[in-house]
Amino acid sequence: MTATATITAPAGRAPRERRSKLDARHQRWGWLYVSPFLVVFALFLIFPLFYAFGMSLFTTGLATGTQFSGIGNYVKAFTDPLFLEGLLRVAAFAIVMIPAQLIVALVAALVLDSLVSWLSKASRLLIFAPYAIPVVIGALMWSFLYSPRFGPAGTFFELLGLPAPDFLAAGTVFYSLVNIVTWQWSGYYMIVIYAALRSIDPAIYEAARIDGANGLQTALRIKIPMISSSMVMVITFALIGTLQFFTEPVVLRNIAQGAIDAAYTPNMYAYSLAFSYSQFNYASTIAFSLGILVFAGSFVFLFLTRKQSGLK
Amino acid sequence: MATFIAPAEPGTTTTGLSSHQDPSAHRRGRRGGRRIGSHVLLVILAIYFVIPIWWLFVAATKDTPGLFSSPAFWFDGNFALFENIAGLFAQQGGIYWRWLANSFIYAFAGGIGATILAILAGYGFAKYRFRGRSALFTIILGSVMVPLTALVIPTFILLSQYGIINTPWAVILPSLLSPFGVYLMRVYTQDAVPDEMLEAARIDGAGEIRTFFQVALPLLRPAIVTVLLLSVVGTWNNFFLPLAVLTNEQLLPVTVGLNRWTALSNAGAGGEQVWNLITTGSFISVLPLLLSFLFLQRYWQGGLALGSLK
Repeated sequence: MTATATITAPAGRAPRERRSKLDARHQRWGWLYVSPFLVVFALFLIFPLFYAFGMSLFTTGLATGTQFSGIGNYVKAFTDPLFLEGLLRVAAFAIVMIPAQLIVALVAALVLDSLVSWLSKASRLLIFAPYAIPVVIGALMWSFLYSPRFGPAGTFFELLGLPAPDFLAAGTVFYSLVNIVTWQWSGYYMIVIYAALRSIDPAIYEAARIDGANGLQTALRIKIPMISSSMVMVITFALIGTLQFFTEPVVLRNIAQGAIDAAYTPNMYAYSLAFSYSQFNYASTIAFSLGILVFAGSFVFLFLTRKQSGLK
Repeated sequence: MATFIAPAEPGTTTTGLSSHQDPSAHRRGRRGGRRIGSHVLLVILAIYFVIPIWWLFVAATKDTPGLFSSPAFWFDGNFALFENIAGLFAQQGGIYWRWLANSFIYAFAGGIGATILAILAGYGFAKYRFRGRSALFTIILGSVMVPLTALVIPTFILLSQYGIINTPWAVILPSLLSPFGVYLMRVYTQDAVPDEMLEAARIDGAGEIRTFFQVALPLLRPAIVTVLLLSVVGTWNNFFLPLAVLTNEQLLPVTVGLNRWTALSNAGAGGEQVWNLITTGSFISVLPLLLSFLFLQRYWQGGLALGSLK
């Protein structure tokens, strides 16, 4: 836009002067407004990213010192069973956790959208409440509730005459984590979806009703397709969040060391490599690989859903 | 570019921040039986989402033996909330309150800073045509997909080289980064601040800075509240970054501090068991945000969905 304005010489002299003055103003002030953010962006995003990549190309040994090792660290990472298991685990979390959150959020939003009452307003607020609780505190609360020492599960299952399940065993802790995340984030996603539903013109529902559509048909054929761009946004956020899973398993590890090891997720693995073993080069490799995979994953997802989201 | 004139009322721009209460909503859910079914479903959902918070409140009123012996979702005979609060003042010289204050400082410094940067950048991207604008904006938009936790370890190494590891700056400075905030502000500014109004202000002789403060800024208020809320909550929530860059116990935010107490209490042997302080400390730490969300409903209800409607 700017380039064409400067290159093409207009016929009249006066308009050109005016144009170039305007153009210079846009140049100067545009950069001025954007530059404070760009400084932070460069210092805390671009630079660390390149730095991590740089670190990942070197290896530090006790005897050998720091040596250039090329893609050696990446070969090691992608053949490292601990990293690969972590990757598979967060992929499994994504497959279970994202639909769980999406279904709860969507059902709640659709029900809320069809009701006008104080009860529905109050429920909306209560379902959203966990968003206001820090993830660490949420995970701490659930770890108390899961705990066989404090938790209500023992009493509850005793009433039913059944043995209490162990929420923190190797096989069950996965679903215990799914529950924490669903509890924490569904309300936020519900608010996003609900706001999108509210922005649909109600005349469309009227038309559907006259055509004989019932409530369920209206929801499936009209409401959900019309809010697909919000759904794409919610899924993208959930995907990025799930692949960098860290806080909840770290907190739950306090009481479930047997079921959650130090390399449970790739981020936990990178953390323990860096801070327990001081292997900063290899930790950077893991962090950078995870970053690239998350970026590529969400990029592919957004590309596949470009029709639904309206992104080009 | 925005081709329509946004109405003066900020709540009614196309970005969907209005509370949008249409009268036909009454008609939508008229059929009686289904309404009862829907309400029952909602109440079940609400109970699921609230019961852990209720548990936290009840647990905050118990002493440590009470936590083990009394029913989880009801009060113990001994109401120990005030003793527990006194305990928070006594434990390690009242370090808990220090942690809480740290959380406030980090969240507000990081959140307000990130919001100011996002407002300026969003306005610059939306209203000035400068060279490289679209390329830059594409990069920033793409960076929304970069997982910020992947940056923690390189950030830690860089900050330790500059010697600001283990200072409040190590948490605050990286928290200023909010590419999503810039995206939201740009999208909102584009529609809510009409070019014609800026042009009119300039013709009237207002300089660029005055135009920004007196014409644009008031129109952006709903989006500013949203971005501020999102970035304050984001910093308040942050765990990985402070866990990595802070080791001095006096500097920890409340999230990392309480996790440390839990780890120590679980370690059992020799470690001090402060379960009652953990529950009470958690309860007090969630109150400020819970209450602000309750009182600021008008702002976040439409606002949090901003950006998804584009």
